[in-house]
Amino acid sequence: MNHNSIERFMNSAKERNSEFMENISSENSNIIEVSHLIKKFGDITAVDDISFSIRRGDIFAFLGPNGAGKTTTIKMLTTLLKPTSGKILIDGSNPATHQDKIRRSFGIVFQDPSLDDELTALENMEFHGCLYRVPKDIRRQRIEELLKFVELWDRRKDLVKTFSGGMSRRLEVARGLIHHPKILFLDEPTLGLDPQTRNHIWTHITQLNKQENMTVFLTTHYMEEAEKIARTIAIIDHGKIIAQGTSAKLKEQTGAPTLEEAFLKLTGTSIRKESADVLDRMRMGRRLWRRKRG
Amino acid sequence: MTTIYILWLRQLKRYFRSKTRIIGSLGQPLLFLIALGFGMGPIYQQARGGKYIDFLAPGIIAMGIIFTGIFSGIEIIWDRQFGFLKETLVAPTSRINIMLGRTLGGATIATFQGLIILCISLFTGFKPHWGPLIPVALVFIFLIALLFTALGTAIASLMDDFHGFQLIINFLIMPLFFLSGALFPLEGLPKPFKTLIAFNPLSYGIDGLRQTLINVQHFGILTDLLVLGSITTIILIIGSWLFSKIQL
Repeated sequence: MNHNSIERFMNSAKERNSEFMENISSENSNIIEVSHLIKKFGDITAVDDISFSIRRGDIFAFLGPNGAGKTTTIKMLTTLLKPTSGKILIDGSNPATHQDKIRRSFGIVFQDPSLDDELTALENMEFHGCLYRVPKDIRRQRIEELLKFVELWDRRKDLVKTFSGGMSRRLEVARGLIHHPKILFLDEPTLGLDPQTRNHIWTHITQLNKQENMTVFLTTHYMEEAEKIARTIAIIDHGKIIAQGTSAKLKEQTGAPTLEEAFLKLTGTSIRKESADVLDRMRMGRRLWRRKRG
Repeated sequence: MTTIYILWLRQLKRYFRSKTRIIGSLGQPLLFLIALGFGMGPIYQQARGGKYIDFLAPGIIAMGIIFTGIFSGIEIIWDRQFGFLKETLVAPTSRINIMLGRTLGGATIATFQGLIILCISLFTGFKPHWGPLIPVALVFIFLIALLFTALGTAIASLMDDFHGFQLIINFLIMPLFFLSGALFPLEGLPKPFKTLIAFNPLSYGIDGLRQTLINVQHFGILTDLLVLGSITTIILIIGSWLFSKIQL
């Protein structure tokens, strides 16, 4: 056997193997499955018996007014909160029992900043890479690629506290991708960003979704964003999912010309009361203070 | 191990970057050294003989350590508010390692702070016995640092914000410091007061420091090591448990 035929042989074996693997995983093609999920905080039911599933490689938008239960759901999916009852399966595993496996499989960009201000951009990235045990050479290489991509490579040695809101967000998106997650959770990732930055971030995310078949779970208040990017949309209100499907289906269902109008028809036009806990007030204070500063 | 190391490193980087914090936290011990050391010196000499500054310095070194330790532990509240805690809590690594890394980082900083105060105290007239017990003094410094950083972590795991912070300082840390024999000799004290002091783990830390630095003892070095070591272990375990229970 010469070199080429070995290679051919190896390739065909690889192909067969990957077909085999695909057959196995296609049996369970839903990467996220949630059934009858409930979360109560005292008397308040934040998430009220929701069920949904997300296909592998999908871009799923979770839309709803403030206080509808979006962030609580994300926290339960990402092992930060324990559900009161109900079942969650992520990539075939239960977050309650296979915490580490699940944590390795997703990346997340939180609603609020979660960078260490006193560290540099590069140090924040390194910290994340180490926590997720990405080997050193791969880590260095990916960090460089990602920082160049979000156009922060030149600022890598600057402390994060000198960054603007948009720069921090870009850094957080880059950080969430270092360990090549199968699922990326984005909780209002584009809040307060200019259209250029938003466009930039979404282009990259949709590109990753295509190339790596990475599943994306996002929440946003910008309906045109959801309409443009998401393939499946679920609308949640008062802790319940009230509509689900493609953007076209939701528009058809409500007879509205745009997703925004469909959303308003489904959730009503009244402004929601939000109970702010101590943390929210703190964050608000911090945001205001930051705005005043610059 | 990587987790512990990276969290340890983060604490150190943050510490060495905030020069104002280092200098700021030296102010209080320095004031105590000068005001008490020089102010009470003559009375101490008349009553007991010997230099008060030699007696006082180990207590003030401990003071610097406990405040730095408590603050680094309590920084978790800060991380919680500024969101960074979430980043560490969703990572595929055990909470115990996160807690240990942070606490060791804080303890290293507090140890360092203690050593700075030791150096400063030399300029105010403190003359330690430079002998074979100096490495043991380092062990005591580190143990006190570890105990109070772990205590800070444990407390911070229970608190959502800084509202209770004043309470902790005034009703826990200050009493622990003032009722530890850091400032006065334990001989000849009223019995109930003495008992109270014997229940304070910091008393053993300070006694150990005093014995290793100036060769004055009350409980004995082995008792000191044993009590301080076991209390530190217990607080570390409680702290890890409380930290693992944090939900965001």
